[in-house]
Amino acid sequence: MHITSPAFKDNARAALADPGLQRALANARTGFVAKRARAVAALPEFEALREEGRDLKNHVLAHLDFYLEAYARAVEAAGGRVHWCETAEDARRTVVEICRAAGARTATKGKSMIAEEIGLNDHLSASGIEPIETDLGEYIIQLRKEPPSHIIAPAIHLNREDWIEAFRTAHAHLPPDRPFAERKALIDEARSVLRARFLAADVGITGANLLIAETGSSVIVTNEGNGDLTQTLPKVHIVLASIEKVVPTLEDACTILRLLARSATGQEVSTYTTFSTGPRREGDLDGPAEYHVILLDNGRSAMLGTGFQDMLRCIRCAACMNHCPVYGAVGGHAYGWVYPGPMGAVLTPTLIGVDKAGHLPNASTFCGRCESVCPMKIPLPKMMRHWREREFERHLSPAATRWGLGLWAWVAQRPWAYRLAARAGALTLGWLGRKRGRVSSLPLARGWTEGREMPAPEGETFHARYRRLAKRGLA
Amino acid sequence: MLPTPKTAPRVALFVTCLVDLYRPTVGFAALRLLRAAGCTVEVPPAQTCCGQPAYNSGDRADAAAIARALIPALEPYDYVVAPSGSCAGMIREHFAALFDDDPEWKQRAERLGARTFELVSFLVDVMGVERVAAAYDGTVTYHDSCSGLRELGIKAQPRALLATVAGLRLAEMEDAELCCGFGGTFCVKYPEISLRMVSDKVERIAATGADTLLAGDLGCLLNIAGRLTRLGREVKVRHVAEVLAGMAGEVPPIGQAKGG
Repeated sequence: MHITSPAFKDNARAALADPGLQRALANARTGFVAKRARAVAALPEFEALREEGRDLKNHVLAHLDFYLEAYARAVEAAGGRVHWCETAEDARRTVVEICRAAGARTATKGKSMIAEEIGLNDHLSASGIEPIETDLGEYIIQLRKEPPSHIIAPAIHLNREDWIEAFRTAHAHLPPDRPFAERKALIDEARSVLRARFLAADVGITGANLLIAETGSSVIVTNEGNGDLTQTLPKVHIVLASIEKVVPTLEDACTILRLLARSATGQEVSTYTTFSTGPRREGDLDGPAEYHVILLDNGRSAMLGTGFQDMLRCIRCAACMNHCPVYGAVGGHAYGWVYPGPMGAVLTPTLIGVDKAGHLPNASTFCGRCESVCPMKIPLPKMMRHWREREFERHLSPAATRWGLGLWAWVAQRPWAYRLAARAGALTLGWLGRKRGRVSSLPLARGWTEGREMPAPEGETFHARYRRLAKRGLA
Repeated sequence: MLPTPKTAPRVALFVTCLVDLYRPTVGFAALRLLRAAGCTVEVPPAQTCCGQPAYNSGDRADAAAIARALIPALEPYDYVVAPSGSCAGMIREHFAALFDDDPEWKQRAERLGARTFELVSFLVDVMGVERVAAAYDGTVTYHDSCSGLRELGIKAQPRALLATVAGLRLAEMEDAELCCGFGGTFCVKYPEISLRMVSDKVERIAATGADTLLAGDLGCLLNIAGRLTRLGREVKVRHVAEVLAGMAGEVPPIGQAKGG
């Protein structure tokens, strides 16, 4: 996927000026937040469950090698194969090898962020294998040739007219004047078009919300049932999963699932929760003949033992971006790569480099709303600050910022200098704004005064007034 | 459990740099409220800033240097109180993290942090203040500043005290807990996004019909007042301490001139 994270500012500006996107975002902002709030209010033990989830994942991360090996053994025992892939390149190559061995021409896909992370679709196409997205949102953005803008609602940046336009263009075999009066008409059309693709596919590729070490199962949650058709109809099922998805037991999986649906969509449980354990067994009515798991590291093991380890608790529910005022203002594409919002602001720099993704952890007010809703209690603002520290250490922050900070910090360590500077500032700004109580234009603070007045100070600093009054015994 | 107040605890007022520069009246309002609650208040002269601009810009070394200068100035008191959730939160929740490699300073920072409070929550939670002797004729809406709300749990305390202000009516806005877009240096680093956020906030304020917007952090207040005045909206903006201390008559609203 083409990376535009370095142009975050331009991306954001364009997003703010895009009325269609703003309309779509306004709907998204209110829907997810209200639904999650209702689901959480209906579960008195939700806070305790968050702590349980956090502790569970911390335990797994402390013993990740143990649980991954146990998981792999269980998969093999069930007749599946595990492919350990250190890099995105390894994962892409392995998927293509499996597809080629199966003689595959088309591969249906359930929604998978790992597939986005490793740029799988482009690679499959280049290798002569046609990828077909079957999640409705993913299908539409595939038709529009754009990346997802959200990790659970990939087409959230679109309005209904965009969907209709994409369908009319792509489904040229259907009558051009067919009506799309209701949402259902769109869904019915997608279903009829995709049904044939499901039946013809040679390989089905899904992601995994969880891997269970005890049983060797992979778990996906969907609301459309497309995941089930993707993994049961073709003769080969490939699961794409990153290493931090493993949990010890079925019971642990349920802990995560209880948190996941509520945090993501406000559902108590997703419409479909599908457990897959190996290929079709004797007597099974359906299921693939081959079951492969691509176990991807791609930089994650290097996060263990660092200030970013907590990020590996993430279960990709998207609550952080649903509640983020910055994401809500600019949408997911502005972030310029696969993972947007607060979780992306932490994860993206580890995956593509802070030199490219430096804006992401900076474009936050540290309002803390993401952390307050995170089902895994990941300290997202703290880790965004870690990235700012890394940038600062590597001298990646702008020279003017560093120079200004250095001067200010020198003054702030010397109360006498600080008093002088504050008095000068208060006097100057106070004088400039003396008539209206505010200033409309300040050359050094144009970012502020472009959209706001600068309120004028009272004129005398607190400390000056306090000393003056104290001398007269009045303070 | 919160520390038990002594009969007359010695309190250091940490004025904060924005109050010092922009709005000294807030500092005097804090003095009045703390004294009325029975505290002996002093203003340690060696105080400057809590260091957030450096800390949140990734400049950990300078943030630690500023903390090293500030901690000794504030240590000799029973409590440190600031009229800001953001600055109190910095000292309370973040100072210790600056000294991960220095156990002695870390311990000093932890001890100081445990005694540091935001003004209104200190009055209610520590000093047990239940009412204030103030009057304000108007309908106010209250914006929950992010650090105070999410780091320090400040939500009910200002509303409890505002409910005892004679003549004051509270009209809650939609999404009072949503960030106003100030974010320290964020508002100048990403001005378009910040502007969008403060514009949304201003719409929600206007929708309440309140004539006054109150909050506990001057950064948010300057941001919101700046946008309201640019749009020509007739909403008065004040720090909550000004109203609670009955000092709203002593200074025009933020961003407005005397008599205007």
